[in-house]
Amino acid sequence: MTGLGSLVRLALRRDRLLLAVWIIGLVGITLSTASSMEQLYGGAEARQQLTATAGANPAFLAMLGPLYDASTIGGVLAWRWGVFGSLLVGLMSMFLVTRHTRAEEESGRLELIGSAVVSRHAPLAAAVVVALLASTVIGLLVALGLTGMGQSAAGSFAFGLAFASVGWVFTGVGAVSAQLSESARTANSISGAVLGVAYLLRAVGDAAGDEGPTWLGWLSPLGWFQQARAFAGDRYWVLLLPVALFAVLLVAASTLVTKRDIGGGLLPTRLGPARAPGSLSSAFGLAWRLQRGMLIGWTLSLLVLGVVYGSVAGGVEEMLNGNPALEKIISQMGGAGAIVDVYLASIVGIIALFSAIYVVQATLRLRTEETEFRAEPVLATPVSRFAWVGSHLLFATVGTAVVLAAAGVGAGVVHGVRVGDVGGQVVRLVGAALTHVPAVWVVAGLALVLFALVPKLSSASWAVIVVFLVLGQLGPLLQLDQWAMDLSPFTHIPKVPGADVTAAPLLWLTLVAAGLVAVGFAGLRRRDVG
Amino acid sequence: MTAAISVSGLVKTFGPTRALDGLELTVREGEVHGFLGPNGSGKSTTIRVLLGLLRADAGSASLLGGDPWRDTAALHRRLAYVPGDVSLWPNLTGGEVIDLLGRLRGGLNEQRRAELLERFELDPRKKGRAYSKGNRQKVALVAALASDVELLILDEPTSGLDPLMEAVFQEAVNELRGKRTVLLSSHILAEVEALCDRVSIIRNGRTVETGTLGDLRHLTRTSVSAELVGAPNGLAGLPGVHDLEVAGRRVKFEVDTDHLDTALRALVGSGVRTLTSQPPTLEELFLRHYEDEVPAGGAKEAMSS
Repeated sequence: MTGLGSLVRLALRRDRLLLAVWIIGLVGITLSTASSMEQLYGGAEARQQLTATAGANPAFLAMLGPLYDASTIGGVLAWRWGVFGSLLVGLMSMFLVTRHTRAEEESGRLELIGSAVVSRHAPLAAAVVVALLASTVIGLLVALGLTGMGQSAAGSFAFGLAFASVGWVFTGVGAVSAQLSESARTANSISGAVLGVAYLLRAVGDAAGDEGPTWLGWLSPLGWFQQARAFAGDRYWVLLLPVALFAVLLVAASTLVTKRDIGGGLLPTRLGPARAPGSLSSAFGLAWRLQRGMLIGWTLSLLVLGVVYGSVAGGVEEMLNGNPALEKIISQMGGAGAIVDVYLASIVGIIALFSAIYVVQATLRLRTEETEFRAEPVLATPVSRFAWVGSHLLFATVGTAVVLAAAGVGAGVVHGVRVGDVGGQVVRLVGAALTHVPAVWVVAGLALVLFALVPKLSSASWAVIVVFLVLGQLGPLLQLDQWAMDLSPFTHIPKVPGADVTAAPLLWLTLVAAGLVAVGFAGLRRRDVG
Repeated sequence: MTAAISVSGLVKTFGPTRALDGLELTVREGEVHGFLGPNGSGKSTTIRVLLGLLRADAGSASLLGGDPWRDTAALHRRLAYVPGDVSLWPNLTGGEVIDLLGRLRGGLNEQRRAELLERFELDPRKKGRAYSKGNRQKVALVAALASDVELLILDEPTSGLDPLMEAVFQEAVNELRGKRTVLLSSHILAEVEALCDRVSIIRNGRTVETGTLGDLRHLTRTSVSAELVGAPNGLAGLPGVHDLEVAGRRVKFEVDTDHLDTALRALVGSGVRTLTSQPPTLEELFLRHYEDEVPAGGAKEAMSS
C-alpha cells in the first residue's frame, strides 16, 4: 500500500507524547494496582473471603463483573480492574483512529496528503496500524509485568491479550464510525455510544443472575474480556471473537472508504433554515446552540447509567446481610452506614467522575472555538471576552447539575420502585448526586484557568480528571497518604446518601471553584486571542 | 478630516518573532484604504490588534477615537470585520451565521441582506461544513456588508472568490464609498488599485510607503512585449525604460508606470503588430524597491529611496 510506511511514521511522530502517556499511564496503573493487591489480598484467606462475598454480589457484578478465581492476585486484578482498564484501552483506540482519519480530513490536512503519492486506503490503514500497535504494546507490557511479578505466564498473557483485544475491536469501531460522519466529534460520539452499550450489555448480563439473560455479556467486547477468563482457565480461544469482529469492521470500513468522497460522509447532510431563530441572537444563544447536543447526550447517558446502577442496589442488601467481610471491602470504596447506602454512595461517586468528563468537554469547547478561528468573528462584535467565556461556562456549571440530577433520577426511580418509595428515593439520590456539584465545579475552574493562562496546555484538563480518578477510586487500594487523596476535590464530598452532609466542605469547594474562575477571568483579560 | 484609525510605532512579538516592528497606519474617515503587503508581513496581526484580540507590546493604536484594547465592546458596535480565512460552525447554516453576526452587532439591514445574498449567489440554507472556501468567505462578506456600521475591516476578503464574485465584491464596496470607512488588506495590487483611495504598504511589520495610488505610481513598472512592423526605434534613449531586449522586430522592456505613455508612442511610431503588457505585481515592486533597504534600514530610509 503506497505511502503507508511514511504515514505511520508521521502519526507516530505527531503522537509520540500522547502515545507515551496512554501506554505508560495504563500499564503503570494496572501494574501498581496489582502490586498493591499483593499487600491487601496477599493471604489466601483474604482472597477466599473475597470469593465468597464480592464475586456473587449483583452490585459488584454490575460494576466490575464476576470474580472467577480469586486464588491468585492475577485473578483478583482481572476482576477489580479488568473491565475499567480494558474500557480505557478501547477509548484510547477509538480516539487514536478518529484523530488520524476523520479529524485530519475535517481539517483539510488529509487532502494535502491525499494529493501526494499515497493510496486511497493508506490514511485509514495507517491510523489502524498505530491504534493496533498502541493497544498491543499495552497488552504485552502488562503481560510481561505481571509475569515478572510472579504470576503465571499463561494467565498474564491471557490477561494482556484480552486487554489489548478490546483495543482491537474499538480500533475497528473507530474506523467504521470515521467513515459515517463528516465531523470528528460525531465520529467519536458514535464510537463512544458503542462503548457505552458494550459496558451496559455486560453490566446487565453479569448482574442478571442464573435465570436472567446472562448471554447479553457475550454480545459485548468487554464481556469477551471477562470470558477469556484470565487466571481462571485462560480461554485463549475466546479472543478469536474480537479478532473476527475487528476483521469484519476493518473490511466494512475499507469498503466504505471507496464509496465516499474525501471530506464527505455517508450520513447525508441536509439543508437547514435560511434564517436564524430568535434564540440565536446573543453569545448565550450561540453557546446554547453549540452546547445543547452535548448536554442532552450526557443527560440521557447518565440517566441510563443511573438506572443500571440503581437497579442492582436491592441485591446488595439481600446478599450482604450478616457478611462482615464484604462490608469491609465496600466501605473501602468509600463511605459508612447502611450497606445499600454505601453502595449508592460509591456509584454516585463514580457518576460524579463521569460528570467531570462532561464539564471538561463543555469548558474546552472554548478552546476549540478559539483554535478553529470561530471565536475571532464573534469577539470582533460587541460581545466581550467575558460574555463569550461566561456563556459557555454557564453551560458547564449548570449542565453539571443537570447531568448529575438525571443520574440521581434514574437511580432513584428504579431503586424507589423496588423499595416502594419512589418519591423519597428520587429526592434522596438527586440530592446525593447534586452534593458532588461543587467538586465538579472545581474541575471546571481548573480547566478554565488552563484555558486562560496556558491555552496550549488546555487539554491537560483531561489529565486532571485521570489524577482525580486514580486518587479517588484507587487511592485506598494503592494505600496513598491522606494528604495525597485530599488533593482531589471529590475526597472532600460527604459519602452521601448515608453520611451526614456538612455544609463546610461544600462551601469551601464552591469558594475554591469561584476563586479559580476569578483567576481565569483575570488571566483572560490580559491574554491574546487566536 | 479626522482619522478613523491611527496607529503609531506598533510592536508585537510572538516569542522570538517580531510580527510588528514599529508599524504606522492612518486611515481617514470615509476613505477606502488599501493595506498592502506580502504574506506574513503583519497585516492580520495589525488588524487583530485593532480588534482588541491581541495586545500590542509597544506603540499606540486608536480606533474610531477609542482604545481598541480597552473600549472593545463599544467600538465593536461600530465596525464589522471579515477575517481572511473564514471558519464557520459546522452545524449552523450560512443564513444563521449571517443573522447571528448581524444581531451581535446590533442588527442587519434586511433589504441589503437579501440583495447581497442574491448578488453573491449564496445559498443560505447550507450547513457550515458544506460550503467551499469561497462560499464561506461570502457568508462573512454578506454579514459585514449588510451591517449598518461606520467602519469595515476586511482582511484579504476576496481570497477564494472567483473573478465574477470579485467583481461583485468591488461593486458592493464602491457603493459604500463615502458612507463607510473601509480598511482593505490585500496582497493583490490590482484589487487595491481598483478600490482604494489611499494605500499603505507594509513589509516585515513596518510601513514602507503611504500615499494615494498616484503617489505610488513612480514605484511601479509595467512590463511590455511587442512585435513591431518596422525596426524598433528610439526606445533605448527614453526616460523610465529599463531592461530593454530587442530581437529583430520583437521588443521586450519594462517601463515606469508614469512613463508608460511616452514608451507606447515610441512603439506606435514603428507600427505595432502584437502587444502584451503586464501590470506591475506587488511582489516585483517589493523585490525592486525594498529587498535591500528594509532589513537594514527601516521605514524612513525605504521611503526616501
